[in-house]
This record gives sequence, C-alpha cells and structure tokens, in this order.
Amino acid sequence: MPALAGPFEDSVAKFANDEFSDTEAAIGEVAASGNALASPIISALQDGRLSADPDSKKVFITQADGKIVDAATGAAVDKLPDNAAAVRLNNRLRRTVEAALGGLTLLSPDPAKRLAAAQSVFKSHEENLLPTVEGALAKESVKSIKQAFAEARAAIILFKSDASDSDKLDAVAVVKARGDQEALALLTGLGDQPPVVAKAAAAAVTSIQSNLAMWSMVQNAWYGLSLGSVLLLAAIGLAITFGVMGVINMAHGEMVMLGAYTTFVVQEVIRTRYPALFDYSLLIAVPLAFLVAGFIGVLIERTIIRFLYGRPLETLLATWGLSLVLQQAVRTAFGPTNREVGNPSWMSGAFELGQITITYNRLWILCFTLAVFAILLAMLRYTALGLEMRAVTQNRRMAASMGIATSRVDALTFGLGSGIAGIAGVALSQIDNVSPNLGQSYIIDSFMVVVFGGVGNLWGTLVGAFTLGIANKFLEPVAGAVLGKIAILVLIILFIQKRPRGLFALKGWAVEA
Amino acid sequence: MLTQLTHKITTMTRRRALAATAGLVLGLAASSPFAPAQAADDTIKVGILHSLSGTMAISETTLKDTILFLIDEQNKKGGVLGKKLEAVVVDPASNWPLFAEKARELITKDKVAVVFGCWTSVSRKSVLPVFKELNNILFYPVQYEGEESERNVFYTGAAPNQQAIPAVDYLMKEEKVKRWVLAGTDYVYPRTTNKILEAYLKSKGVAQDDIMINYTPFGHSDWQTIVADIKKFGSAGKKTAVVSTINGDANVPFYKELGNQGIKATDIPVVAFSVGEEELAGIDTKPLLGHLAAWNYFESIKTPANEKFIKEWQAYTKNPKRVTNDPMEAHYIGFNMWVKAVEKVKSTDPDKVIDALPGTEAPNLTGGTSKMLPNHHITKPVFIGEIKGNGQFDVVWKTPGLVAGDAWSKELEGSKDLIGDWVGKKCGNYNTKTNKCGGQGS
Repeated sequence: MPALAGPFEDSVAKFANDEFSDTEAAIGEVAASGNALASPIISALQDGRLSADPDSKKVFITQADGKIVDAATGAAVDKLPDNAAAVRLNNRLRRTVEAALGGLTLLSPDPAKRLAAAQSVFKSHEENLLPTVEGALAKESVKSIKQAFAEARAAIILFKSDASDSDKLDAVAVVKARGDQEALALLTGLGDQPPVVAKAAAAAVTSIQSNLAMWSMVQNAWYGLSLGSVLLLAAIGLAITFGVMGVINMAHGEMVMLGAYTTFVVQEVIRTRYPALFDYSLLIAVPLAFLVAGFIGVLIERTIIRFLYGRPLETLLATWGLSLVLQQAVRTAFGPTNREVGNPSWMSGAFELGQITITYNRLWILCFTLAVFAILLAMLRYTALGLEMRAVTQNRRMAASMGIATSRVDALTFGLGSGIAGIAGVALSQIDNVSPNLGQSYIIDSFMVVVFGGVGNLWGTLVGAFTLGIANKFLEPVAGAVLGKIAILVLIILFIQKRPRGLFALKGWAVEA
Repeated sequence: MLTQLTHKITTMTRRRALAATAGLVLGLAASSPFAPAQAADDTIKVGILHSLSGTMAISETTLKDTILFLIDEQNKKGGVLGKKLEAVVVDPASNWPLFAEKARELITKDKVAVVFGCWTSVSRKSVLPVFKELNNILFYPVQYEGEESERNVFYTGAAPNQQAIPAVDYLMKEEKVKRWVLAGTDYVYPRTTNKILEAYLKSKGVAQDDIMINYTPFGHSDWQTIVADIKKFGSAGKKTAVVSTINGDANVPFYKELGNQGIKATDIPVVAFSVGEEELAGIDTKPLLGHLAAWNYFESIKTPANEKFIKEWQAYTKNPKRVTNDPMEAHYIGFNMWVKAVEKVKSTDPDKVIDALPGTEAPNLTGGTSKMLPNHHITKPVFIGEIKGNGQFDVVWKTPGLVAGDAWSKELEGSKDLIGDWVGKKCGNYNTKTNKCGGQGS
C-alpha cells in the first residue's frame, strides 16, 4: 500500500489523542476505509498491540512476531519511541472493536475467525454489513459457519427498518431455531416491529423460554453433580480418617490446603524453570501433594493422635489447635494473601452441550474425583495394606493376634487419608482461592457428607456427596444460596434423627466395638 | 451409637473449641515480637489493631505493615513534637469480641495516643463502646456502608456516595446499563449498600423487574448457579451490569466462573467495590479484562506522590512486586491528618486532637488534597478502573473534583434528613428537619 498523506493517515493519527471519543471515531473511519491495514490495526488494538506516541501523533503496530510497523503506512520501524504507550480501550470501545473486526474478518480464510466474525455480527447486527454477510453466506462451505452466517443475516434483517414482513418472519424462524439465550436477548430487544412480526417474535420468545426452562433442569442436575464431586473430593480423605478410623480430624481441611500450596510451589518452579511443562503441572503436583500431605499426616498420627485414641473430645481439640498452627505456619511461610495457581489450557473455558454450558475445569474435577474414588476402593479391596486396614478397623485385637502391626497400620491409614486430602487440594486449587483459609471452608461440608452418607462406608460417602450436591443445586435457584444452605443443614439434622448412622449404616457387631 | 455421639460432639464442642482457639491466639500474640516494650516517656505510642491471623488476615496484614511503614518514615523526619513514634501491634485474630478486648488493652495498658485499625464493620461496631468509654481516637480506613458518625472515630475510607453511587452513575451514562444485578455477601455492608443503590436506581426510573438482588454466604465457592442466573437475567434484551459487593475471598472463584462461562466485560460488565490490586494478585486477570472497580485510589495512577509512595513501600517491604491499594491510601491520609492535628495543638490529648482534626487537610496520593469534614469523613476523588491483563487497573473515568463523604445516605428514608456535625452541633446524627440531635425520630 503506497504511503500517501490523506484521510486514512488522519484517521489513524486520532488513536494518538488518548481520548476515548477520538479512538471510537478512528475505529469507525479505519474500518470503513477499505485500506489493507485496517484489519491488522483493529486486531492489534483489540490485543493491546497498538501503541501511539502522543507527541509525534504516530501510531505503531507490534506484530505477533515482535516486529514493529507504522500503522499509517505499513513501513517497518526499528523500535517504539520511548514515550509510546498502548492505545487504551474501555468496554464501549471493545464492543465497537469487536463489531468492526467482525465486519472485517467475515471473509477471512481462517474458519475460526469467520465463525467468530459471524457471531459478533449476530450481536452487533450492523445494518451496512448485510451485503458482506450475504456474500459470505453464499460462498461458505462449512456447515456450522454457514448456519452462523444465516443467523447473523437474520439478526440484521430483524433490525433493518425497511425489510419486508415476510423476510422478517423468516428471520424470526431462523433465530428461534437457534434457541439459546443470545437468541432470546435478540428477540426481546427488538423494539418497534410490524404487528405480525411482533406476534411471531413473541411466540418465538415463549417457545425458547419453555425450551430453556427444560434445559435449566438438566443444567441444575449437572451443577449438582459438579458440586457433589467437589464435596466428595474434599470428604473422601475424611471418610478414611474419620469414617474408617473414627478420628475426629479437624485438621483435615489443612491437609487439603497443603495440597493446594504444593500445587502452587510446583507451578512456581515450572514457571521459572520449565515453562513448557505448564500444562502438565497438575499431573506433577498430584503425586507430590499426596506425599507431602501424607507425610505430614503420618507425622501427626505418630506425634499426637496415637496418644488420643478413644478420647474423641481431646482429639477434637488437639486437631483443631493443630489446624490453627498449620494455618499460621503457612501464613508465615507464604504470606496471608492469595497465591495464584493457574489453570492449564485443557482446564480453561467451556463447551456447549445443547443449551447448557459445561466448563472444562468442573468436568475434569468430576472425572478426577471418580478416578480417585475407584483407585481408593480398589486399594482397600485388593492390596495387602487395604486388607490390613480393614482388619484393624473391624477388630483391632484379633488383627494384632494375627500378626498385623496395628500401630503401623494406624499411621499408614491416617497418612493415606491425609494424602488423599492433599490430592483434593490440587483439584480445589483450580476453582477456589489458594490461601491459608482454604481448608476451613471445606471442613464442615466434609463432616456433613461423611455423617450423612454413613460413617465407615466409602459408598455412603459417594452417594451422600452427590445427593447433597444435587439437592443443594435444585434448592439454590428457589431459595437462594444462603437459605438453600440452611435448608440442607435442617434436612440433614432431621435425617440423622431418623437414621442416626446415615444413609448406609455398617451393620453387625463391628459397629459396637 | 458411635456416629450419633460423635455427631453431637462435633456440634456441641464447637463453641468450646472456639474459646480454646481464642486462648491459643491470645497466647501467641502475647509472645510475639510485636509485644509492647516497657513504656518509655520519650515516645508517642500508636496502636495498630488489625487482624494478623484468621480469615481477615488476608486483607488486614497489609494495613499493619502500612502503618509501621508510615511511622518509620515519620520517625526519619524526626517524629512528632520532637518525640519518636512507637508502634504497638496487637492481633485481634479476626475475632470480633477480641477486637474490643484488644482495643481496651491498647488504650488502658499501653496508653496509646491513637489507634489505626479494623476492617469489617462488625469489628468497628465492637470496638466503638470502648473508644467512647475510654475517650480515644480510631482511624478506620475501609470503604463502608455509612449511616454512622461518631465523635471518636474518623472514617478515611469511602462512604457509599464516594464509591457506589458514582460507579452506578458511570454505568448508566457510559455503558447505558438498563438492568442491574446487585450481588453481595450476606452481611451488613452489602445489605445496606444494596438498599441505598436500590433506592437510588428506582429514583432514576429503573423498574423493580430490572433489578435482581442476590446474596451469598461468606466464602461462597460454587458460583455456577448464580453466574448462570446472571447470564439468564442479562438475556432480556437490555444492557445488563453486575454491581458486586461480594467480599474478600469469594471474589476469586466468582471471577473464575465468569471467565470460564465466557461472560466477557463487553457483554455483562461487573463493577466491584471490594476488589483491589491485592485481591487480583491471586488470579490470572486476562479473562477479566474490562471488568470494573470503583475506588478512591488505584496503584496505576501516575502522580509523583504515588510513584514515590510505591517506591518507598516496596523498598520498606523488600518486595519489588508488593502492590498498594485503596485502604492503604486511606491510612496514609489519616495518618498524616493525625500528625498535622497533633502538631497544631502541640499535644496528643484525644479531646484536643478530635477538635483539631475537622478542617485538617492532607495530600492524597492521586494529586489532590483531602480534607477532614465536620462529620468525621473526608473528601476524596472517585475513580472507575478497568481490570488490565497484569492485575492492575486502567482508570477510565473520574469525578471532576473531590466528593465529600456523607455520613448519612440521602437515598434512605431513615437517614435522609440527618447530618453529622462535630464542630457546630457537636452531634453525629443531627436532624435538619426538627433541628434536634438524636436521629430521624427526634
């Protein structure tokens, strides 16, 4: 593109004024210019790669490969002037940029960009883009993108004042077929329409709403499963230390916290030394968190808890005190503020399933929880240590007479429960704060799950966690988060009156021992 | 029977366990290196009443460091009235009754001249009677719900009209927001602020149907339902925004869920009153680009005073990444006002200092001069910042001048006629309708 001083250059220079209104004008003028640099300029603006020198009024693009060009002429520049600063945006401008970029990339060779462009046109329904959209629609070969273009076209027609009624009715049908919340937003925000179109739109709104209401049940069920998996993950370690061993372990939450901090340390090391491994950081953190929390668990059992077996009150107070000591120790070592634990790329974002959004981090946590549960179950059932653990908890004296070192098994069982709590910390670091208080928010829920499910029964913990999760999520939209939580507590209290041993009570003489 | 018994024990002994905790923490505090040294007559003692352990330590520890830093700087300049300042740090451990106990200890045992402290409103309310009874001074540095003006307390954080109302104005004018979600944690600050905002929005012609109010428990971490509800509420064809009074820790999972469910600031912006640089330090802010916060100070504001403050603060804490935030600036202003007032009356006697403080001016860090008002609140500029990818804020709007803090909200039926005036009327709840002291009913 030859460098000619002209209206395009004047428009670009407006970016250097550091006034939102000037930037907005510049975006509109540049997008309408038809200049080949328009698309690079606006995408650089969106990514924060467009900088301007307020003195010389020159504007520069930093390209993805680090090279710098003059935005008005496309000529290469050695380096940015010292006082050049990134052109600032606010939300209104970001919307303008998205809409402008949508118009500019409708014919992009990259399918992902075309899809994004079609979706942004659907939202902005910019009237003068209609010919471009129709051209793109005719040329498009990918089915899903073609659909998106058709929807974008429909959105424009609905807002076009001089479109014919029959075109508008067709458009309503297309948007109705899309059927999601954005379609709903578009149809409810139509404004003045001819009566026949308004009627069709109202009917479409009702139909979408009832469809969405059905999907919201599915969504609640999914949220319930997801909350249940978090509850299960937090409680599963406690199901061992409290459920199987009978130790009221108030420091259980702190084991979860230690696992989360292990994840933080692992990520810090990876960030500074091996940035390429970041996506594997959680896989590396899981065994380490198990070892760290498990080791501290064994240490606690050997130094404190073994002297307190059979004295629940003392155990409770000692572990509660211990939990405070651990919290303060972490606070001293890492500081009181939250620590940043990043989501690996495979745990970020979401996908749409029908009309519900499923976030990857929740999905992975659900899978992970079930895997941990299955491994734990298999371990208790099929390994020698598992056999010894069950023997010791069922009849300690008999197990001892059979040559099992019961105190060693006690230590290992407590270590196992703590280690699993540590693993839970790795997963929870993905959805919650990593702060010294992390464990506190899970301790009550964990006890609730174990007691409700039936002490000493891992399957009870599983069913208990998912029941509580789903019940909570179906109550929350009706009663609100605060009342929902209270209602769950009341229900559990009533349930425990009726069935003191929880959902799945252990039967037989072992219980009385 | 075992399960029933243990279940009873878990619930029954929680109170005992809490008491034991308090004892434990007390013991820790007494043996900490900050324990007061033997009284020395050539120093002026300054009490610091911020939680260093428990849930609030996350926010309050920084404020303790801030006052220690300010005292250090003042001592380098020669102290006050020719005497060095001496910090007395206590740890109320996020335990509200312990705040009152520790305040009493600071005033009676350590004989401090002034106290800088508290974060939550409930902790402030719990120490109030102590400060009244023993007649001492408290500087309170956090934005709060207002509806209070006490002789012994100086409020250097924002009142609702210095934070919440300008933020809503911004969204109405700049973002053309027509539909509002008021989301908060379930306690006094969000409830009162949302009451004020609801009245304000209605006075601007917003219909009841266009306001959704939602409360969540402290430390709420499962935001899936609420974020989906917000998404649904926002799909009614009108521009929607969320005004968040969600407190502390709960913000991180809230923002993570927003990012994961793909709600961008360009669709539904969230403006927060409790999210600052310190809170953002714990999250990857790239998905949050463009969400907003309203404060009276941002670290990113470029003024010589602010740059100097940040440089000295990072040198003092020996941490080049340590951020600064709004309540820190409030302490900076409050501390300097107290120093000026003491130097003016040449005494640390609380009665003299309380009378000297209204009218005292001190520079803020954003290039202006804040003034203590007769209602014991201060004048402050209001900024709206958008979250940037690096955990800082980009100021997109500010009030043309300084805004005077209202102790009593003009939007609420129960307080619209009240003013606080400790200079002329000597009263914190003077009724301008009946010309009497004693609140709305008098």
